[in-house]
Amino acid sequence: MPDFLGYSFMQQALVAALLVGIAAPLVGVFLVQRRMSLIGDGMGHVALAGVAIGLLTNTQPVLTALAAAVVAAVAIELIRLRGRTSGDIALAVMFYGGIALGVVLISQSSASSPANLTAYLFGAILTTSSSDLVIFAGLAVVVLAVTLTLRTRLFAVANDEEYARATGMPVTALNLTLAILTAVTVVVSMRVVGLLLISALMILPNATAQILGRSFRTALAWAVVVGVLSSVLGVIGSYYAGTPSGGSIVLLAIAAYLVVAVLAAVRDRLAAARHRRAERHDHEHGPECGHEAIPHDDHVDYLHDGHRHAPHEGHYDEHATSAGGPS
Amino acid sequence: MSVTEPVPTPVLRLAAASFGYSDRVVVSHVDLTIEPGDVIALLGPNGSGKSTLVRGILGLAEHLGGEVEFFGVPRDRFTDHTRIGYVPQRHSLSASVRATAEEVVAVGRLSHRPWWKPAGTADAAIVRKALATVGLGDRMKTDVSTLSGGQQRRVLIARALASQPDILVMDEPTAGVDVASQHVLADVLHHLAEQGTTMLIVTHELEALELIVNRIVCLRDGVIDFDGSPTAYAAHELAHEPGHHHHLHVTAPDHHDTGPLRSPQVVPKPKGGEHA
Repeated sequence: MPDFLGYSFMQQALVAALLVGIAAPLVGVFLVQRRMSLIGDGMGHVALAGVAIGLLTNTQPVLTALAAAVVAAVAIELIRLRGRTSGDIALAVMFYGGIALGVVLISQSSASSPANLTAYLFGAILTTSSSDLVIFAGLAVVVLAVTLTLRTRLFAVANDEEYARATGMPVTALNLTLAILTAVTVVVSMRVVGLLLISALMILPNATAQILGRSFRTALAWAVVVGVLSSVLGVIGSYYAGTPSGGSIVLLAIAAYLVVAVLAAVRDRLAAARHRRAERHDHEHGPECGHEAIPHDDHVDYLHDGHRHAPHEGHYDEHATSAGGPS
Repeated sequence: MSVTEPVPTPVLRLAAASFGYSDRVVVSHVDLTIEPGDVIALLGPNGSGKSTLVRGILGLAEHLGGEVEFFGVPRDRFTDHTRIGYVPQRHSLSASVRATAEEVVAVGRLSHRPWWKPAGTADAAIVRKALATVGLGDRMKTDVSTLSGGQQRRVLIARALASQPDILVMDEPTAGVDVASQHVLADVLHHLAEQGTTMLIVTHELEALELIVNRIVCLRDGVIDFDGSPTAYAAHELAHEPGHHHHLHVTAPDHHDTGPLRSPQVVPKPKGGEHA
């Protein structure tokens, strides 16, 4: 057994990292899908003002940060709903106002030090109290349960909001739910990865997973795998190297993305070299097109004048013409 | 869908209905009754309000006056959304993350079950059948963003079919579709029409749908300008603006003898002081 597992603070840190590693990519995929990848970043800025208010008034900073982030989430959704072009400016005012207010208020608090501010901004899971960790764990479990239950509906709204609305889905309620889930995830992750880096853990594992997965479902599973590996290994690495947990986690997530992206590029180059386009034809192959269908790995080839045509993006590829059947 | 009842409830009834955005009225005083089995092409030049009318019917544009009824129930009290299958324009689909054709079509099943209930095997079977109906049974596991424009339209039609609706409302299903896909698309629509599916199809390419529709409604400047059979429409167009056909020709020589497949069910109602 590795020695770090003997310390209770490390056990708690690893549980926290595990929960955050699952929750952040799970919520984040819907932000990526809605092209709102950076919204979590903004909520983190506003949450800092909440932390400051908590420190100044001697309330639990977790609770005041949660309140601030949820208010920001609802405001963002309402601004978006009105669809004004000035909405962008309104968001900028809110986000930068949040972080500026946070920094100014924290400097006035007697209970805080610059180190304290750094801990909230960049994560310091190893110094977090166990009472805080219990709250974080409870919130993380709620986020996981709600996201998993609503995932098909969140997918539907993010995929085609107009269709969802036309078929009577409660689109605004679902969008508000996603905004609040994001806010809670930001606060839950604040001690693990920090308010300035949380967005990275929501987005980067999904970027990696989009290369690895072939469907929404498998990509989401990959995102959780990458998220958990980054956060757990990041916490272990920060224990040995004495580095802040947030930065370590995000660097690992970036490394995972780069490795996967390079390998995928190499694979695509190799595939392109072997890739042969079939002649163009206006006929579309399909189950009832009259050409013999031959299952081939994950797709179907169609026998066209003695050679096999496989659908590829907008055209057909020539696949193996050997009579030996599917390889 | 039964057409044997003596007086079937109209699928949709609009009476003096107006739609628009905020306070701007785009289409006004629309009277339109869609009976079960109607296959209607909604025509009109750009800016005539076709899309606003369809979006208003679906509750996506504001309802600013008059009556809108689905199956005899006023729109604001209508909750049986599964009965209406909406096929939006293709660009409404977000392609920012991977999603297979099967996953997109499965969305059509959501309004059939409560929010907490996961999809069952019956849902999966209906999704499979819907994709087979549009000729994409072999592409279920394909990422929709790698499909051609026409194939993406058919995925959207399959999604609407998966909700097992009583009417399909389509916004420009044939616009910008490659030739191969256009043939398949026309076959799919033809097949659905033969099965008695009620359809309202917004289009400016009547030619592609000529053999499928049995009624034509034409919008001009936000009011209905013509409502009748394809044959009557051809006559109307000739009388209306000789030499200035803004729609594609219904009377293209190669189709002239075949005519519409179904007998017209609706008497032409020329409006706006026309004496066609």
